[in-house]
Amino acid sequence: MSANEFLPWVRRAAAPSARVGMPAPVAATAENTDSPHGLQRRTFIQLLGIGGLVIAFGPGGARRLDAAAPLPATAANQWSPHVYVRVDDDGTVTIICHRSEMGQGIRTTMPMIIADEMEADWARCRVEQAVGDPRYGSQNTDGSTSIRDFLHKYREAGATTRALLEAAAASQWNVDVAEVFARQHEVVHRPTARTKSFGELVATARTIAMPATTSVRIKRPDERRWQGKTMPSIDLVPMTTGTAVYGADVTLPGMKVAAIARPPVWGGKVVSVDDGEARKVPGVERIVRIPETPIPGAFFPLGGVAVIAKNTWAALRGRDALKITWDAGPNGSHDSRSYRSTLEASVRAPGKPGRTNGDAAAALEAAARKVSAEYHVPYLSHAQMEPLAAVARVQHGKVEAWAPTQSPNDARNTIAEYLKVDAANVTVHVTLLGGAFGRKSKPDFICEAAFLARETGAPVRVQWSREDDMRHSYYHAIAAHRLEAALDAAGKVTAWLHRSAYPSISATFAPNVAGPTPDELTNGASDVPWDVPNMSVEVCPAVAHARIGWYRSVNAIHHGFAIGSFVDELARAAGADPAAFLLDLIGPDRKVDLSKAGLVGPGETYYGAPWGDHPLDTARARRVVESVKQRSGWSTPLPRGRGRGIAVHRSFLAYVAMVVEVEVSPDGTVLVPRATVAVDAGFVANPDRARAQMEGALIMAMSNTLHSEITFAEGRVEQSNYSDYRVARMRASPHVVDVHIIESEALPGGIGEPGVPPAGAAIANAIFAATGVRVRELPVGRQLDGWETRVAAG
Amino acid sequence: MITLTVNGVRRTFDGDPTMPLLWYLRDELALTGAKYGCGVAQCGTCTVHVGGKPTRACQMPMADLEDATVTTIEGLHPTGEHPLQVAWREIDVPQCGFCQPGQIMQAAGLLQNTPKPTDQQIDAAMNGNLCRCGTYPRIRAAIKAAAERSS
Repeated sequence: MSANEFLPWVRRAAAPSARVGMPAPVAATAENTDSPHGLQRRTFIQLLGIGGLVIAFGPGGARRLDAAAPLPATAANQWSPHVYVRVDDDGTVTIICHRSEMGQGIRTTMPMIIADEMEADWARCRVEQAVGDPRYGSQNTDGSTSIRDFLHKYREAGATTRALLEAAAASQWNVDVAEVFARQHEVVHRPTARTKSFGELVATARTIAMPATTSVRIKRPDERRWQGKTMPSIDLVPMTTGTAVYGADVTLPGMKVAAIARPPVWGGKVVSVDDGEARKVPGVERIVRIPETPIPGAFFPLGGVAVIAKNTWAALRGRDALKITWDAGPNGSHDSRSYRSTLEASVRAPGKPGRTNGDAAAALEAAARKVSAEYHVPYLSHAQMEPLAAVARVQHGKVEAWAPTQSPNDARNTIAEYLKVDAANVTVHVTLLGGAFGRKSKPDFICEAAFLARETGAPVRVQWSREDDMRHSYYHAIAAHRLEAALDAAGKVTAWLHRSAYPSISATFAPNVAGPTPDELTNGASDVPWDVPNMSVEVCPAVAHARIGWYRSVNAIHHGFAIGSFVDELARAAGADPAAFLLDLIGPDRKVDLSKAGLVGPGETYYGAPWGDHPLDTARARRVVESVKQRSGWSTPLPRGRGRGIAVHRSFLAYVAMVVEVEVSPDGTVLVPRATVAVDAGFVANPDRARAQMEGALIMAMSNTLHSEITFAEGRVEQSNYSDYRVARMRASPHVVDVHIIESEALPGGIGEPGVPPAGAAIANAIFAATGVRVRELPVGRQLDGWETRVAAG
Repeated sequence: MITLTVNGVRRTFDGDPTMPLLWYLRDELALTGAKYGCGVAQCGTCTVHVGGKPTRACQMPMADLEDATVTTIEGLHPTGEHPLQVAWREIDVPQCGFCQPGQIMQAAGLLQNTPKPTDQQIDAAMNGNLCRCGTYPRIRAAIKAAAERSS
């Protein structure tokens, strides 16, 4: 895995390697529970053996697969299907979901788009989870990409299937295809009202020439049954009855359980191991060394000492009984408190420009009034509810893994590289993900399972404890921000200087990374929708001393917090209403081609999309602000101790505004009784899941803003569990989250991530409104203790 | 040798008596509805009922379970249609779903003693059950809906 396969901050799929003779994809899903272990394997060829019609869709168009001409073994770049639809002779429609389900609802949304376009009866559709296979295209479920990268492909997939079935019916009736139309699992002959069920048409459809992708008609908005409407999630029954299968729920015959002691410092090594006590724990069977990976280790395991046992409890007890002397290595002196000072010093000097308009320095120099502020965001951990776990088996040179992975292809390729086997001999099955938030896009834990399965010759589940998960994550970067702005006599912003410093995700993949690249600023800092003539957005050096990785919204977390807080500070300095000030700062409606707006060193794409597809449309930013201003009752007064904050942010190609209302009790506890959200993400396929994502983003931002912090001392993470890495709980969480989704047919943006960045700033701004205390460093923690007396004392 | 009842079935256990109930359920009985989330009773994903009371299975050693009656999410209702399970689906509460069995078992304990809980009672009962997806508002709504349904 080389670093040049990545943009530094938003990972895009590496070009699939051209491999010949790939095995047919194998479907294994959580809901296929007819084997004792909740797993069922059927190859495509077997599926084809029952006489179905299988259509595969890829960038090159649709192709039919059948037993006589099985999935062609061409190079991946020539044949890279990412959506599969199968119609069995009995009419059952199977849609293979190539994206990982981690709570965003893609196992419902993706199939409902396809089923809608093909006029299938939803009750007769089933969903199978794809294994990792480059022919699906990118399966990497991060960057809020599942809809924005694939909506059109899903629609094409459904529409092509529909067209084939319609042509089959016309052929059977010997009528013009213009006289027939598909409707809910059958094709109707309009003049005679005759019908044929989909199942009756399968055999004929297999003989029909594939239509050109361009000739396939996508439904008009008024023809859609489900797209853009709410659909209950398909996994609700297993999820509410305890039968849903996550990573640790996979069991194989003869499976062992492993717990691993990993180097507590990034880049550390084992010096010596005393495993005498560990071996005495009942159920412990073996102790296995895992070689340490030199830093930067990318997706490879950290290494350490594994305890292999009969069951989980024995593995965990045995691991805890190991006595290991560690060599801390080059990061043994990393201290996040002193590192914060390093970052602050970094942003007090000019950095590398990421956007330059006019002359911000000169405008600041000449300004009647200058406002500046610095903000700090700590390291964060995903702390997803499911600690990492993966199962692997190695038999006859074949590696098979089951894991809650966001990126089964990365898992597959990394296992292949780590074990030095051909990726063609590695199969990665995707379970449900018990939360992920970016952590499970890194397959280090799956490689551990594969390594131990090979070493022991038995199937192995690697089980991370919560403490392991907390202490060996790929952390969200600690960050310092400095903002300066000039205000003219009318209170209008005439200059904007923004500098940030944070260790770059690139440092996880490449040596000698001095800091982020200016491109990372396009994750919600250099692409702000402000109407300011003089802008300088700069990025400053920061060397990484911990494994840095993607965490939901990535750099936009700290960008959004700093920017949204600073705008509120500017409004207060100008004596303006923060919402009115925000609208003023957005300025007149205009569409800005960001690639021509003064960006320095932008990436080739904008969140993976062509720059021209997603201009900065300030009317959309304005509309979401106006929406939350109006719906939240922005201007109605609140008593002391309660307050509203507003912020708007664009990330992952979506515009989100929030008004958050907080209630700060005398002891400094912050509750969020109510929030109003407006999101313009272009076309939204499944509005209720989009609403759920906004609710969740707000609550995750409550954790990030109010409670959570990872600190390092002597290179080691100081937190261990939810007791000291605190996250939002029920009592503080909103009673009302009013989410307004702007109806739109525009190209879709992301949904999973863009809600987090404005929420953090809106919470901090609400705290200021409620208490007069300005939060410039996260988390809020105990900063509000005794706020009433402090405020009274002025 | 420890004898206990799990979801109505008599079971015996003669393994490590320090083993928490959670790992017995998951590893030995293949009842994987109760999840491992923290191991220290900080998150509630492992919540089951012991003697009818919501209990963190990760902190309940097998040694303390002689003659105990344990109910897991799998045994909450024979067809998975406890009013809470029905309400959870109607409101589409789960996102990733991982914490939801524990949430439902905790809520079931609440409704046993407090059939019509107020928001404050719900918050107090549910504050120990974490959800990183942020489904709390819908959990609160679903508990109220289930309380309505049961009355």
